[in-house]
Amino acid sequence: MSKQYETVIGLEVHVELATKTKIFCACSTEFGGAPNTHTCPVCTGMPGSLPVLNKQVVEYALAVGLAVNCQINQYCKFDRKNYFYPDNPQNYQISQLYLPICHDGHVEIDTPAGKKKIGIHEIHMEEDAGKLIHDEWEDCSLVDYNRSGVPLIEIVSEPDMRSGDEVIAYLEKLRLIIQYLGASDCKLQEGSMRADVNLSVREAGSSELGTRTEMKNLNSFKAIARAIEGERKRQIELIEEGKPVVQETRRWDDNKESSYAMRSKEDARDYRYFPDPDLPPVVISDEWIGNIKSRQPELRTEKMARYQEEFKLSEYDADIITGSKHMADIFEAVTAICGKAKEAANWLMVEAMRLLKEHDMDPEEMTFSAENLAKLIHLVDNGTINRTVGKEVFEKIFAENIDPEQYVEEKGLRVVNDEEELRRVIEGIVSANPQSVEDYHSGKEKAFGFLVGQTMRSMKGKADPGAVNRILKELLG
Amino acid sequence: MTAKEILSLTAVQLGKKIKDGEVTSVEAVKAVLDQIKAMEPLLNSFVTIEEEKALEQAEEVQKRIEAGELTGPLAGVPVAVKDNICIDGMKTTCSSKILWDFVPTYTATAVENLKRSGAVILGKTNMDEFAMGSTTETSAYGATRNPWNPDHVPGGSSGGSCAAVAAAECFYALGSDTGGSIRQPASFCGVTGLKPTYGTISRYGLIAYGSSLDQIGPVAKDVTDCAAVLEVLASHDEKDSTSVERKDCDFTEALRDDVKGMRIGIPADYLGEGLDLEVREAVLKAARILEEKGAILETFDLGMVEYAIPAYYVIASAEASSNLSRFDGVKYGYRAKEYDGLHGMYKKSRSQGFGPEVKRRIMLGSFVLSSGYYDAYYLKALKTKALIKKAFDEAFSKYDVILGPASPSTAPKLGESLSDPLKMYLGDIYTISVNLAGLPGLTVPCGKDSKGLPIGVQFIGDCFKEKNIIRAGFAFEQNRSYEMPQMAADAMAGKEEK
Repeated sequence: MSKQYETVIGLEVHVELATKTKIFCACSTEFGGAPNTHTCPVCTGMPGSLPVLNKQVVEYALAVGLAVNCQINQYCKFDRKNYFYPDNPQNYQISQLYLPICHDGHVEIDTPAGKKKIGIHEIHMEEDAGKLIHDEWEDCSLVDYNRSGVPLIEIVSEPDMRSGDEVIAYLEKLRLIIQYLGASDCKLQEGSMRADVNLSVREAGSSELGTRTEMKNLNSFKAIARAIEGERKRQIELIEEGKPVVQETRRWDDNKESSYAMRSKEDARDYRYFPDPDLPPVVISDEWIGNIKSRQPELRTEKMARYQEEFKLSEYDADIITGSKHMADIFEAVTAICGKAKEAANWLMVEAMRLLKEHDMDPEEMTFSAENLAKLIHLVDNGTINRTVGKEVFEKIFAENIDPEQYVEEKGLRVVNDEEELRRVIEGIVSANPQSVEDYHSGKEKAFGFLVGQTMRSMKGKADPGAVNRILKELLG
Repeated sequence: MTAKEILSLTAVQLGKKIKDGEVTSVEAVKAVLDQIKAMEPLLNSFVTIEEEKALEQAEEVQKRIEAGELTGPLAGVPVAVKDNICIDGMKTTCSSKILWDFVPTYTATAVENLKRSGAVILGKTNMDEFAMGSTTETSAYGATRNPWNPDHVPGGSSGGSCAAVAAAECFYALGSDTGGSIRQPASFCGVTGLKPTYGTISRYGLIAYGSSLDQIGPVAKDVTDCAAVLEVLASHDEKDSTSVERKDCDFTEALRDDVKGMRIGIPADYLGEGLDLEVREAVLKAARILEEKGAILETFDLGMVEYAIPAYYVIASAEASSNLSRFDGVKYGYRAKEYDGLHGMYKKSRSQGFGPEVKRRIMLGSFVLSSGYYDAYYLKALKTKALIKKAFDEAFSKYDVILGPASPSTAPKLGESLSDPLKMYLGDIYTISVNLAGLPGLTVPCGKDSKGLPIGVQFIGDCFKEKNIIRAGFAFEQNRSYEMPQMAADAMAGKEEK
């Protein structure tokens, strides 16, 4: 490759809002449920039914918009996007085109070159579609409208990102902000956060944008990173071969690590957008905006500062713990119960992070209760168990959310404080390892550690490490 | 009471007689069902008649009236409902093949309000398919005929409701009015029809044609009935975001024979070219009667009249093209028998399910919303709509009521209008701008032409000023007695002989 290329990326991110009911009716938004049980005449588009806007949707959209520094359209409207497809019961989707609720915002991301602003073109509210199930066996298609009318916001970025890393950083940032606001759980796998990637390449230094493609079906950050890399390469190859990049929508297949064209610009639909006459304009007063601002929960930056100030955590620790809203929630709950912030932070930073990595899990997937971690901290702190046993117990808490007090009793894991028993065991270890004793006396510190280890092993880890050290030193003279 | 005596009553008169124990709701329903049987072969006012359900309801309502639970003026009175208003468990077709078997699982708020007041529902009345038309000839279930002369149309789109009231097949009916669909057929059938201010009656359960223009309204024998029915229908409904919360819904309060000092404006633009001379004469005569009663008449230039029809057809068709896209053969209604794939199913089901007038408006609406045409047509039409509203605002700064014809002519013969849709559209000239401006309008019979066909006078009020037009209409109708078409009277007479 002789030339240098620059990748230009913009994102369209759909986020399912955490409202209890749908955007235009009172049906539940709960995930799952037998097909077509969370439905009514409105979300199945029955003739004569009418949409009524869920105010909470506006509040969440406003909260997100304000948190990403957007301007608010204080007179915003809903428009109909017309297209025929059976997952869309009215054959139009109620969305916003002409006057979206938020516009012209930005978020700041960290890049190796320092901080970078990613512009947000607009945020609009819309309804989700139902789910089509194709039954190959029966050769028919079925529709489940449970998801029809679940509220979404679409966050449209400017084409400000230049690499997969920047895209991931932007998405992580958005996800955290939205999770902190409580506006959505933003789970990519479950589809409560979905990203479409608009990507083009151009020769480095060029000021004109190349022809872009839009990629859909990206279900994880990893898939997004792979898809960006794949599409970047594909477009550069086309350019190098002197072939045109076609403006089209492509579907990413993460198993095959390649994409295929879904539809080209020529088949682009004319959605015939027009203002929905069933929904009066949404008028957002200064007071309403003020109210949302005042109710804005603590966001990550504020939380980080507070953790350093209030709990004396290091910046590094505060950064890691606030890196997940769920982790921060656990941290605060544990601290509130046991009053030991440093300990709580340590368990989460070291053990929890290790286990997450080991199991390839997101912090959001941790299911143990703060009470159980607080109990564990207490058990270690008052010497009921030692730290080594504590780690073993934590693994149980992490995996099965066991009650550590009960578990320690049942498994007999209490620290042995019986001085005589301990002395007897250590005497046995010393006499069984003459070589190590000799090494110790000849100045090899490692040998002491070996003997401690042997003792702990023989005590199944239940010995108080302080006592082991003291007795061993005494016996070795 | 004899059937003929019962059928000659207005809705409010019947309600009172039921309350006084002079007649029962069941007797009224039986009388009206007999009249339906006699008239339907000639008129075809109904798409669906629910004889058994009506009798059951009547028995139940009668018990509740006797128990003192139902005390309203309309308790026990049989009503017919236009076929674009949903009733749980009752077939609702919009007179279209595409909804030939559609049975809603919910009831329109307007009908809920009627039921709460003790109304007995007889069935669903015929209409132009999806309320698109001015003659009730575009119905997939055959045209309705005018009870004054079955060779003529009853007007439309609420032609079934108006013909049914005129022929005493019900005591009052619900219609819907998007561009004159209550007021024009009321005028053609010699009955009274009222379209309230946009937002007064909930649209929940009304199958949408042009959502920003559609309103449900009453059709009845006189202004008193219309006011009483409107009082029952009007309500703030949380299920309709365009529904308005009103505190002034005591419409019957305005039933006063007093127009002294009322300022009535007659738009000169409503009396010019295209207006039938006999209609003009009858309407001006009605105005003079009110003047004699103390109203102050003045002729003025309303303006913008020529733009109302193009603006209306752009806006209503645009909304309709989207509103009617849900009829696709997927979930309910008509689906083509043989088709190739999903798009084949859409195309065939819709091609076979919709009639030509509906297709024409869907195509027109899709066109004006297409990219590249949106600004030139749809946005321009919205601007025109705003200017029409402004013209009315100016007029209502000077007048309490605007008076004019409801239609340029009396009812045309069957088949005359469909051949020339443009001419049919022009027939809506006096009613359409009222919908564009969201105003209330009332049509009251004011005479007949030389062919014996009824003529109606239209009273237009400012937004939320239904009481002004009710007062004007009530005062006017004190000078004449309700006239029933001979055909309907003959049917009753026939029964008397038996």
